[in-house]
Amino acid sequence: MIVLEKRPQPSKAWSYATPLVAVLATMVFGGILFAILGKNPIQAIGTIFWEPLFGEFAFYYRPQLLVKGAPLVLIAIGLSLGFRAGIWNIGAEGQYIMGAIFGAGAGLAFYPLDAFYVFPIMVIAGAFGGWLWAAIPAFLKVRFGTNEILVSLMLVYVAEQMLASVSLGLLKNPEGFGFPGSRNLQSYESAHNAELIAGSGMHWGVVTALIAVIFAYVLLNRHMLGFHIRLTGEAPRAAKFAGVNPARLILFCLGMSGALAGLAGMFEVAGPSGQVSIDFNVGYGFTAIIVAFLGRLHPVGILLAGGLMALTYIGGEIAQSQLGLPAAAIQVFQGMLLFFLLAFDLLTNYRIRAARNEVA
Amino acid sequence: MKFTSLLASAAMVLGLATGAVAQDKTKVGFVYVGPVGDGGWTYEHDKGRLAVEKEFGDKVETVFVESVPEGPDAERVMTQMALEGADLIFTTSFGYMDPTINVAKKFPNVKFEHATGYKTAPNVSVYSARFYEGRAVQGHIAGKMTESNIIGYIGSYPIPEVIRGINSAYIHAKKVNPDVEFKIIWAYTWFDPAKEADAATVLIEQGADVILQHTDSTAPQAAAQEAGNVITFGQASDMSEYAPKPRVSSIIDNWAPYYIARTQAVMDGSWETVNTWDGIKEGMVEIGEISDAVPADIKEEALAMKAAMAAGEYHPFTGPIKKQDGSDWLAEGETADDGTLAGMNFYVKGLEGEIPQ
Repeated sequence: MIVLEKRPQPSKAWSYATPLVAVLATMVFGGILFAILGKNPIQAIGTIFWEPLFGEFAFYYRPQLLVKGAPLVLIAIGLSLGFRAGIWNIGAEGQYIMGAIFGAGAGLAFYPLDAFYVFPIMVIAGAFGGWLWAAIPAFLKVRFGTNEILVSLMLVYVAEQMLASVSLGLLKNPEGFGFPGSRNLQSYESAHNAELIAGSGMHWGVVTALIAVIFAYVLLNRHMLGFHIRLTGEAPRAAKFAGVNPARLILFCLGMSGALAGLAGMFEVAGPSGQVSIDFNVGYGFTAIIVAFLGRLHPVGILLAGGLMALTYIGGEIAQSQLGLPAAAIQVFQGMLLFFLLAFDLLTNYRIRAARNEVA
Repeated sequence: MKFTSLLASAAMVLGLATGAVAQDKTKVGFVYVGPVGDGGWTYEHDKGRLAVEKEFGDKVETVFVESVPEGPDAERVMTQMALEGADLIFTTSFGYMDPTINVAKKFPNVKFEHATGYKTAPNVSVYSARFYEGRAVQGHIAGKMTESNIIGYIGSYPIPEVIRGINSAYIHAKKVNPDVEFKIIWAYTWFDPAKEADAATVLIEQGADVILQHTDSTAPQAAAQEAGNVITFGQASDMSEYAPKPRVSSIIDNWAPYYIARTQAVMDGSWETVNTWDGIKEGMVEIGEISDAVPADIKEEALAMKAAMAAGEYHPFTGPIKKQDGSDWLAEGETADDGTLAGMNFYVKGLEGEIPQ
């Protein structure tokens, strides 16, 4: 018989090893899946993980990793602050959308003015839009004790409707022949979140994501507020005695994650995407939840996890076109990653022991 | 990134773009918005791809990526195909328009074909089908068959292509049944079986006994089948697995001849930018078999209308037609010009509700 025994203390070693073991297990079981689909598993896994980094066209894919990874990291950093304190913002997708609408809206309001201050105003507007959308569940939780998981999630669908509405009305391109979608910000110099060095993939969103990682690290390790966040999550009673104000913490954590998600949306709409359109959001806000947990809610971990997720996306696309793998198989592969992470997480808090047969 | 490596990569891009033409095998890429198994829009495009493979055999290689979101992801997928030596790339959704133009700029020697858009370039053609001709036939059958006089319509996005379909179906339903009423639900998706099924169910609950759809999955067909006594039409693909009822007919997009012709043009070096908009006459739009659930006389009328359009004798938008607000659009006997149709952003008189703005 095998029994699970709770560890007196969570295992430090396992908490670091879990993500690696999860990635390995995903490779093994993903390989089996690909083999069942009639593809060479080693070639498929190789294509997904090797091709974007060191393949023939890595000069194009490496910058794309930054483009794909930056919004994930930026959103996940914000989410991790709340998750650490047991405050569950599930609606980052909605905050991402609102950030994009506010940011692009601010930029388009100035069109076609050519001025250096247009972009900074868009950045502020984007962060504000995301913050505002996250402040709703925060306020409702503080004031009426509503569940922030439900409220933030439901607001995603409201945000999607608003996105459709502005794409068809308020922000619609007046020169777009009646088709939905805003003007393309890529062709509006002052508002364009262009690559800082052409071909590098580095745009302001990538820079902001890196800054956010550093700030989150400092906040959590060197700042009283960070201590309160960790304390609230790990020992809520102790936090109370330590004088943590739960209402302020909720407002900060939700507001901060909303603002960062809003920034991610704004940088995306002004840069790689270029346009407010009905289909603008592609699930970064939800994928970031996986990234946050894959990175153990640690800023550096999130940075690595964001890179890994981006890798599976880009590698997955390459595998599709080169090997003819179906898109669904790639999605299953990504799902396995979270599944195995959660499964192996058990080992952080429990150990497996072979129990002797005892007489009941 | 250092400047030298930047130059090197730029040179590489150019080198590949030109080198690709020299290959003996023509490589054709397809970017799909849904899964190839959607049974509708993407499924038909993939049938076109398979037809290209069958036609040219060893002389072509085709690649595809499915379920590609419209935006930066699409741009990356197209770039990836171009880098890997594609000579011709079909991008098969409206939302791929700007990404297609962006990528086409970087690869001047690769030819691009964008479906249902309006932006062209020296190496970008656009193509679409006159689905509204098929909608006219559907409207006729729907208007004759409905008993509740309520016809449900699942719209995808309020873009001209979809609005054109609604108007065309409405005009022809109204012509044969003055009491007919359209209820329209906007799903804001091309492919989402759960949402599409919900929309169909809501419409049926509101009394609709005919469901028209401009979304890609077969979910509305299944919902109609479950409700019983509701008729539907296959969209983009024949969806004949739901025949003879609820599916009584269909609009089939037949892309194969176009894809074969364009691939041939690339092989011959005769490819030029074109703006193709073909209908029943050219065979790009087909009417799927009208099932026995439709009485013989109605079937005959529908086929006669199809024949008239194939012969170029009948245009679905023939005046007198007024706009929803009561203003005149087409005078007696006048037919709509392609420019107005391409950018259609108004309902015709009699339709209720507003186009979402």
